[in-house]
Amino acid sequence: MKKKIAVTACAETPDSAVDERFGRARYIIIFDTESEKTQVIDNLENLNAAQGAGISTAQKMADLSVDLILSGHVGPKAFKVLQAAGIQVGTFPANRRQGATCREMLEAWQNGEIAAISNPDVKSHWG
Amino acid sequence: MNATIAIASGKGGTGKTTVALNLAAVADQPVKLLDCDVEAPNDHLFIKPGRVEERVSMVMIPEFDQERCDGCGRCKQHCRFNAIAVLGGKPMLFPELCHSCGACVPVCPRGAISEAQRSIGVARRGTKDHISLIYGVLDVGEAKSPPLIGDVKSALKDGAEGIDGQEWTGLTIIDAPPGTSCPVVAAVKHSDYLLLVTEPTPFGLHDLRLAVGMAQALGLKHGVIVNRCDLGDGALVRDFCVANRIPLLAELPFDRRVAEAYAAGQIPAVAVPDIASAYRRLYQRIDEVMAS
Repeated sequence: MKKKIAVTACAETPDSAVDERFGRARYIIIFDTESEKTQVIDNLENLNAAQGAGISTAQKMADLSVDLILSGHVGPKAFKVLQAAGIQVGTFPANRRQGATCREMLEAWQNGEIAAISNPDVKSHWG
Repeated sequence: MNATIAIASGKGGTGKTTVALNLAAVADQPVKLLDCDVEAPNDHLFIKPGRVEERVSMVMIPEFDQERCDGCGRCKQHCRFNAIAVLGGKPMLFPELCHSCGACVPVCPRGAISEAQRSIGVARRGTKDHISLIYGVLDVGEAKSPPLIGDVKSALKDGAEGIDGQEWTGLTIIDAPPGTSCPVVAAVKHSDYLLLVTEPTPFGLHDLRLAVGMAQALGLKHGVIVNRCDLGDGALVRDFCVANRIPLLAELPFDRRVAEAYAAGQIPAVAVPDIASAYRRLYQRIDEVMAS
């Protein structure tokens, strides 16, 4: 059971659309599945980073003891950091990508519709 | 002429290399030609130097003593380039993101970080007739070219370690990369005159404006060459130069013979004699505007 699940978000609420980018996601919503509380992380600093956005966002997730990331795509450097931190990554299957909300993505994971990926699914600088 | 003339453009494909090669070829004195477009150098394809000497270009990266490191993360906090992550008490370096600033070394409270090096490409030198060509070749996939461009340029003045032996004070022609960002600045700074090559199109003018802004910010004397001046709207660039009091040094018409020579790997001013005289006039113009 994953306790802290982070979903990349376009806005500040759990019902906003999933941001398909990991490193340059505008916001990150962290669902605590035990306390059922949510926490909103403003990721503007990394959205505007000149370089290394994925690394820095991944580091932030590690610092916040996140157990699982749900996002659109995760590139190789971010993936390497997440792997070293023992954080799992789940991405939507291609047919489910359009317009899903963060809460829907969380539910899809909990219903077993999303599997953890074992490799980055895009190349560097995808987003 | 004893000066350093840099050739740049905002837009790519305007003819920097053509201008640089032609100027080098028609010089009636020994000349150093520096190809600073290290991501895609091609002056050597035309100069065809026989034997080349090579020097590997190195940059500093941090090296972590994993025994001493206690995972405090101070190096990560001080890295402005997101090149370091610290996970489970252990640092992880992404060398390709490191800008070699060295900030992580002194901030480590445990003295666990030392300076190591990694290679990013090579600087090469070869000679053909009166032209001494120095060019850089950046490794494929490498993102930062300024350190290698610095090595190509320092080959002019390094002593014992340099490719060149002693400081050069004669004529130098610098073929810069396209654009107006860090690699271009690294290539053109400290030159005596900046030639901006453009074409008479809205795109050419747009990027020329950016290039002029860069020249002004660097305090470099500059003038404009319009290449293929008859393909497009010649008034575009001419009016801009008049309005901004920028010397328009040459307007070079499209010439099929130039394109054919270039495509065959020949220097146009060598292959087509009247092109050579146009470039001799260009030297005179540069001399005039540099003195004014």
